[in-house]
Amino acid sequence: MTTLRHGFGKWITSGPPLVFLVAFFAVPTLIMVLASFRTPGEFGGLAPLRNEDGSLDLTLESYVRFATEPLYWQIFVKSFWYALVTTLACLVLAYPVASLIAQSDRRWRSLLLLLVILPFWSNFLIRIYAWMIILGPNAALARAVNGVLGAFGAEPVPLLFSAFAVLVCLVYVHLPFMVLPLYANLEKHDRTLLDAAQDLGANAWQRFWRITFPLSLPGVYAGAALVFIPAFGIFAIPDILGGPNDSLIGNVIKQQFLDSRDWPFGSVLSIVLTLLALALAGLAAWIGKRGVARLASGHA
Amino acid sequence: MALLEIDDVTRRFGDFTAVDHVTLGIEAGEFFTLLGPSGCGKTTLLRMIAGFDLPDGGRIVLDGRDLADQPPEARPLRTVFQSYALFPHMTVQGNVAFPLKMAKTPAAEAARKIDEALADVRLAGFNHRFPHELSGGQRQRVAIARALVTHPTVLLLDEPLAALDAKLREQMQIELINLQKEIGITFVYVTHDQTEALALSHRIAVMNHGRVEQLDEPDRLYGLPRTRFVADFIGTCNLLVGPVRASHGGDVAIDVADLGTVTVASTASPAPGSEGAIAVRPEKVHLGAPGATLPGDNRYAGVVESFLYQGDVTLYNVRAERGHLVEALLANSGAGLAKFFEVGDRVEMAFTASAGHYLEG
Repeated sequence: MTTLRHGFGKWITSGPPLVFLVAFFAVPTLIMVLASFRTPGEFGGLAPLRNEDGSLDLTLESYVRFATEPLYWQIFVKSFWYALVTTLACLVLAYPVASLIAQSDRRWRSLLLLLVILPFWSNFLIRIYAWMIILGPNAALARAVNGVLGAFGAEPVPLLFSAFAVLVCLVYVHLPFMVLPLYANLEKHDRTLLDAAQDLGANAWQRFWRITFPLSLPGVYAGAALVFIPAFGIFAIPDILGGPNDSLIGNVIKQQFLDSRDWPFGSVLSIVLTLLALALAGLAAWIGKRGVARLASGHA
Repeated sequence: MALLEIDDVTRRFGDFTAVDHVTLGIEAGEFFTLLGPSGCGKTTLLRMIAGFDLPDGGRIVLDGRDLADQPPEARPLRTVFQSYALFPHMTVQGNVAFPLKMAKTPAAEAARKIDEALADVRLAGFNHRFPHELSGGQRQRVAIARALVTHPTVLLLDEPLAALDAKLREQMQIELINLQKEIGITFVYVTHDQTEALALSHRIAVMNHGRVEQLDEPDRLYGLPRTRFVADFIGTCNLLVGPVRASHGGDVAIDVADLGTVTVASTASPAPGSEGAIAVRPEKVHLGAPGATLPGDNRYAGVVESFLYQGDVTLYNVRAERGHLVEALLANSGAGLAKFFEVGDRVEMAFTASAGHYLEG
């Protein structure tokens, strides 16, 4: 009886989220996988699943197209680099911030954390448009930069609608997702370990590199995943702030669904994006584990 | 000149003086203990020796060199922390190799030193275990091996056995004594546990309120405490207080209101009428039935009020006729079931003039 009730309680609590995930994640993913094997409709969308003779209209055509047109693969590679640079920049910027918050007086921590997540209180698109103003040709920043360039006799450069604008905004938007997991990790560190390392002859850099950093790797991985995966598929930022050459894979997928209305090909690109992100996350975890093991054995 | 000189060292935190003009010298090869209750300044003093804290006044001199401008990583001292502070992401080998790596020791030499250090603490072959795979005692030994592997001049130990259970603690005490004897490195040991201090140390500095109350060898500290604090802190004792009646010819007598006159042998010569204090250890008080022959001239009648049977010994609380409660410890070393007195028994207690000790402070 207890087991039954226990089982029932378990289903009551985990049931609704499970149903939600099946309904809004698993089913759409299956629909997308199915769509990738179908034929685009004459006026967009999908052609009927069954041909006039009643046979199923399934084809590998969209996959063949992806494999034979190098353009799409190149955009994947470009998106990968944007996401990677974003992740590294976020890591470098977030680490000192997270570490500062973790070391600050307990009274100030909640306030500092609040400041980190404060941007979430305003709309994502509005924040991107704000960067249009900050980076705009008549704004102080562009004037200052071009003033300096002009003094050296160089041509003025546009800040807006450039790879620079896209990257700056990517880093800006994703920074809190790196700060929070890093903080959560660093906050738990035992200060005595640093005292011990110092006592054993480690200088400040060695204490960071040998003790703090390796112990913070779980936080680094969590932050990197939270930044890299959304940055890899983003479309709004390059759409608004990027130039004609800054289209990323997210933009191409969006175009396939909304502009070209080629749903099967859009599905193929989405599936490749998902698989790549999963593969990269897996690879990072594997490298991470090896790295930790190497440090652990004392041969780092 | 001592190996490690603490010269008039003071450390204040706001209004609180944690270490108050402490001066002491620690000799090479010595097992030296800083003993005192929590907040007495012993840990602050240890942290200043290690370099984690700096004195507000005075000097710390190691081997003739002032350590003031040397950060902890540059000092040839090593600390064993109370929490062990093993690096959780490194194996035993990684932990012990750490100071060697910092010192850029060549690999072959490092490997040899690691094996030596692990053998010293009887952990040979544990190289590839992680700290979380070890017992408390084993972690403790890794911490010691890690601190000893570079052969520091001085090893600082901050309550290293506090986290272990009683039996393991006793075993580790014996190991620490042997280890120190074997490698001959100077140990500076901090503890609040007086039995541990007495068992381990060559010399003990008893600290209270940031000052050194007494610096002595364990047996002298126990037998000849100089102040009431030391007498009370080291072991248990009967503290007898009252005006000095007389002091002459190597004897001091005081009148204890609720006991009687107590005379002890002492070289001190306090002025008659001034307040004096005498410490008598419970094991030096003899008990006997009324009229029994007991050694010693300090003799008082009383009634057993309670007793604590502890197996090897029994601790009696005897109420003297005038009201003072005296503790007497009797060994149950006779054959068979030993029991001397019951609650309510009338007894006589006595101790010799040399059993008591006149306290100067």
